Amino acid sequence: MSVIEARNLRKEFTVRVRAGRLRREKRSVGAVDGIDLLVARGEMLGYIGPNGAGKSTTLKMLTGVLTPTSGEVRVCGLRPVPERTRLALRIGVVFGQRSQLWWDLPLRDSFDLLRHVYRVPAAEHAARLRRCRDLLDLDGFLDTPVRQLSLGQRMRGELTAALLHGPEVLFLDEPTIGLDVVSKQAVRGFLGELGRAGDTTLVLTTHDLADIERLCRRLVVVDHGRVVHDGTIAALHDRYGSRRLVVADLDAALPEPPELPGAPLRRVEAEGHRLVFALESAGAAEVVAALAGLASLRDISIVEPDIEEVVARLYAGPGGLPETFGRAGITS
Amino acid sequence: MAEPVALPRQRPPGRPRPRSGRLAAYRALLGAQARSQAAYRTSFVVDLVGNVGATVFDVVTVLVIFGVTRELGGFTLRETLVMVGLSTAAFATADLLVGNIERLPRYVRTGLFDAVLVRPLGALPQLLLMDLPLRKVSRALFGLAVLVVAVGSAGIDWTPGRVALVLLAPLAGVVFFGSVFVATATVSFYWTESGELANSVTYGGRDFTSYPVTVFDGWFRAVFAYGMGFAFVSYQPALALLGRADPLGLPAWAGWAAPAVALVAAALAATAWRVGVRHYRSTGS
Repeated sequence: MSVIEARNLRKEFTVRVRAGRLRREKRSVGAVDGIDLLVARGEMLGYIGPNGAGKSTTLKMLTGVLTPTSGEVRVCGLRPVPERTRLALRIGVVFGQRSQLWWDLPLRDSFDLLRHVYRVPAAEHAARLRRCRDLLDLDGFLDTPVRQLSLGQRMRGELTAALLHGPEVLFLDEPTIGLDVVSKQAVRGFLGELGRAGDTTLVLTTHDLADIERLCRRLVVVDHGRVVHDGTIAALHDRYGSRRLVVADLDAALPEPPELPGAPLRRVEAEGHRLVFALESAGAAEVVAALAGLASLRDISIVEPDIEEVVARLYAGPGGLPETFGRAGITS
Repeated sequence: MAEPVALPRQRPPGRPRPRSGRLAAYRALLGAQARSQAAYRTSFVVDLVGNVGATVFDVVTVLVIFGVTRELGGFTLRETLVMVGLSTAAFATADLLVGNIERLPRYVRTGLFDAVLVRPLGALPQLLLMDLPLRKVSRALFGLAVLVVAVGSAGIDWTPGRVALVLLAPLAGVVFFGSVFVATATVSFYWTESGELANSVTYGGRDFTSYPVTVFDGWFRAVFAYGMGFAFVSYQPALALLGRADPLGLPAWAGWAAPAVALVAAALAATAWRVGVRHYRSTGS
């Protein structure tokens, strides 16, 4: 059974636009324009899209913060807005740019308050806090007022705060935004382990695609309030023809570019000393073997396709993507 | 981090928590607010003292008026002070308990409102408790003192009914002003820059209730006193306590209607709040 079900979910906002000197016109803007989403228990879902695509609006409708204009939503079998407080006991929410913590109190006090807010038995609370303290390394700043924490420390606190009542679904809106590399790693590592444990469903919006590559098997891309891709990252690459690349550094340039079956030459760099092939139907080993027969090789590397680029293309083109494309700045 | 994060989940998901737990939760929120404010002790004490000032000024204004006249709208100083006491005690207490809801636009902007909505408690009680301005306690106590002195020196002919009324009327006034605070704050769900309008109703209402309604005239009196119900905060209960007939001709039972009027106001405010929350738009990201 799906833990999240959304059917034809819509949210329209009315905005007033200037029309003439004094007149203002009401205009209806569809922030979310008919989204269907089914998420199974234990899934880790990456929900991405450009600014204003409707990511946060969707999340807010799933958590009971915003009332949908139309459509069906169920989270944990509950309707988020009418059954908001019942749902709140079963989900956790981390808004990267909002805080669930008490600014002027030590971090420890926020956790204790949330135990009362969520009415969690003391023993359960203590056990979960123990795990989070260990895994997120909180002990160094548990007694520091939240306002004095660094962003990375605060985010580790926010994650703990969202998990102390043992939610079935954890919603994360930009959990790594503004974090330094080390904190990002810590947050991703923690979420990865949480997802692997299998009984918490994770829904994550982000601008940082490394979060997705690291954490999510399934990727939902939204643009202009609609789902433009829903599937694995591999399926996204397949669909848009992004390929793994073989980069070969040669001792000497070849007189003319070689043609390898199933692996078209993408570009030639370093005055012919570097050749880049895209792996279409050929395997990496075949390409390397064929090249070894043609030239003397100094170095070989295989480059994974770059998701950022696929997604950038997805956002850019209203009519989708061309069948195949290479990396940015293609030369050949 | 080789071990999976198996956060123990012994409780079957979704089993209802005991209802009594809610009260404990609200109490915990109140405690947290007290501790947060204690973090700034000096400024708290300064505010505590400073806050009495405004209310003292309200009372002094009435005394100054009686320096130049013996009656105000047909009421003596002692009689008028009963109205002032009821009004001040009710407004100051409502302002302490509910007044900060006028900061709703800020809660929306800072994301506190979103944070509150994803927790398993009512949004309004959470906001009120998390931002309870404890420094306004001094003002509420001063208002109560004014009421006690005024009622004690007005020469009231005490009956069991009047004793009940003198206890209930201030409570009704608190509920009434609290409802006005909530209802006017709700407007900001639709119209962000509604603060001035809200203030003119709440503070205008407070000033209105500090004087006998006979002082006012025409449509203004009709709207504030009976259209919006402000006459039932202090004027009508004071008439009943003093045993005076209404010079404007309302029957005697009107003096006892304050609790009922307060309940109607609370119901309207609660409805406005619910509708407003449904209409809430949040902010970007």
